[in-house]
Amino acid sequence: MPLVKNARTTTDLFVQIADGAELPGDGAILVPAARFLEDPEAVLKHAGKVGVVWPNNRDLDDLVPYLDRLAAVALVFPSFRDGRAYSQARLLRERHGYDGELRATGQVLRDQFVFMSRAGFDAFEVKKDADADAFAETMKRYSVFYQPTGDGRVTALNRRMQLRHSESAGQ
Amino acid sequence: MYAYDELDRTLINERVSEFRDQVKRRLSGELTEDEFKMLRLQNGVYLQLHAYMFRVAIPYGTLSSKQLRRLAHVARRYDRGYGHFTTRQNIQYNWIKLSDLPDALADLAEVGIHAMQTSGNNMRNVTSDQWAGVAPGEVEDPRIWSEILRQHTTLHPEFSFLPRKFKIAITASEHDRAAIKVHDIGLRLHKNADGETGFEVLVGGGLGRTPFIAKIIKPFVHGRDILSYVEAILRVYNQYGRRDNIYKARIKILVHELGIEKFAREVDEEWKQMGHSALTLDHSAIEEVRSRFSYPAYEKLPHMPDELKQAAHDPLFERWRKNSVAPHKVQGYSIVTLSLKPVGGPPGDATADQMDAVADLADKYSFGEIRVGHEQNLVLPHVAKRDLPQLWKALDRLGLATPNVNLVTDIIACPGLDYCSLANARSIPIAQELTRRFANHDTAEMIGRLHINISGCINACGHHHVGHIGILGVEKNGEEFYQITIGGRADENAQMGVLIGPAVPYAEVADVIEDIVEAYLALRDRPEELFVDTVKRLGVEPFKERVYATR
Repeated sequence: MPLVKNARTTTDLFVQIADGAELPGDGAILVPAARFLEDPEAVLKHAGKVGVVWPNNRDLDDLVPYLDRLAAVALVFPSFRDGRAYSQARLLRERHGYDGELRATGQVLRDQFVFMSRAGFDAFEVKKDADADAFAETMKRYSVFYQPTGDGRVTALNRRMQLRHSESAGQ
Repeated sequence: MYAYDELDRTLINERVSEFRDQVKRRLSGELTEDEFKMLRLQNGVYLQLHAYMFRVAIPYGTLSSKQLRRLAHVARRYDRGYGHFTTRQNIQYNWIKLSDLPDALADLAEVGIHAMQTSGNNMRNVTSDQWAGVAPGEVEDPRIWSEILRQHTTLHPEFSFLPRKFKIAITASEHDRAAIKVHDIGLRLHKNADGETGFEVLVGGGLGRTPFIAKIIKPFVHGRDILSYVEAILRVYNQYGRRDNIYKARIKILVHELGIEKFAREVDEEWKQMGHSALTLDHSAIEEVRSRFSYPAYEKLPHMPDELKQAAHDPLFERWRKNSVAPHKVQGYSIVTLSLKPVGGPPGDATADQMDAVADLADKYSFGEIRVGHEQNLVLPHVAKRDLPQLWKALDRLGLATPNVNLVTDIIACPGLDYCSLANARSIPIAQELTRRFANHDTAEMIGRLHINISGCINACGHHHVGHIGILGVEKNGEEFYQITIGGRADENAQMGVLIGPAVPYAEVADVIEDIVEAYLALRDRPEELFVDTVKRLGVEPFKERVYATR
């Protein structure tokens, strides 16, 4: 499954650890939430980068204390139509100030890219190669955004207000 | 009318391009039907019994004459020459080809119309009072807030994949014409003791198989905080709404299962955490949206012009005027309802020719503006009283002057089994038969205000629960049967109707309704007592006896 970061397909440096499997000696690892929570301090002592796969029906409160020591959080879209992880993503970015990799996993298809990016995702495990190839193009679909989110894109309202200011300044 | 600016136009054009690409990928086989289904539903495209159905948004029911002409054009060019106005102030086309859809959308986008989020599990078209901005006594024009919410809910990055669909309705009048109590969120605009504008917020209303009247979650949310408060509700719903069972996924079930107090606490907790956010609307932000609304330059006109005095001698004109013309907030003007419920016709349908003609009449008599109401009628919101006689003649020629607004033949009905793949039974022929039974206007007037609502299945698109008389189509051993409820209402005193007894077969529905109406005429304590009030006073029993005694 191709991983898209910075709008390009890239090699996934993280090794996904299955439930109950031994942790490798080093290298970046993505650990399931349950496994991580069994003994977070032990996992965080791992020599390489640590990321956690967080299910979309689990409260983020249990993860928040460790955010500054995590290199990645992977959120899950069990299906295209299950949008719970959009809320989790925005909360991680906008409320808890998480600034590491935020990865979308599961049924990740082209037509979610813009929504996901706006919610704060910056890494995408894309289901289909064709969709991964179309990432950069797809992200250009929209240039106007109505809602303020933590992604920094200027909203339509802000653009209108700026326009008003510059118009009234010019009079 | 709200005027789109370059940004609004750009966004809907970008949406058309996106949808064009999605259709292309479906037609080439790159997308499976299952994958495409979610995408087309985000843009108002359903697969019905015979063809694709295309639902186009009419935000808060406001249209310009130019937009209505374009809706007519789509009906003519891509469909079969007519459209169907819905209970959520939208329009549906029933026979459109998938390959034509991107072009139809592009044609609509040229006049600022789109189909975004008219279906799918997202925030649907924001609806409002069809008399917004013209009704006497309104707190303020709710369309400003409807538009703020329209923008905020369009392509929302967090709430486009909710557990289920989500509908918001706004009213600013004492008398609720927007049915806010049967919406996921209902907003009633009012002012607090300091004269500041805000909203009573209701949550968890809805019809379908588990109907609920919305509950008040907060008596007053300041206007500047309305987006953050709505967002807090949606965030709680998005995370905790059920996704295991489509029939239990609406917010009404979450509110019911948690209880309104607990749900309100969850929302408050979330809202507090949001704090003062980018969602807080300062005065200039609200004024920016308000400034994009234009209002007619009304003339100073007499309350009772000569034209109206003269026309009053014509009993047919007077009958129509008394029925279809309502007071306007500006002296000398009226609000005129155009009945889309002709005797024998399918409720809410309009032909392309009628749409074009109404657009012309709007230009001539209503400052180019048209409204669509949830009762599936059209409205010309700013008609000078002196023009009423001329307008009436023109509407009569078009078949749009049936004087039955709010009467027994002003029936709300879903498309039913004639079109819909979900339906168990037909709705339209029942409505048509009832309009023939009560075709005599003297009888209809004598009966007075009486709303009949018909749904072809439990999903309740015809809002049968809140009809004064509700008719619900069900299937029994392969045959169409209908359950009848009475006493429902959708206004500020909203409540669900009560079942009067066992379902009756298709052929008997009109007889049963006639029996119920006859019982009412015999039981009402004076002619002014409305059907729904008689039911409230006496309960279901006397009606039940009348209907089932001989069956």
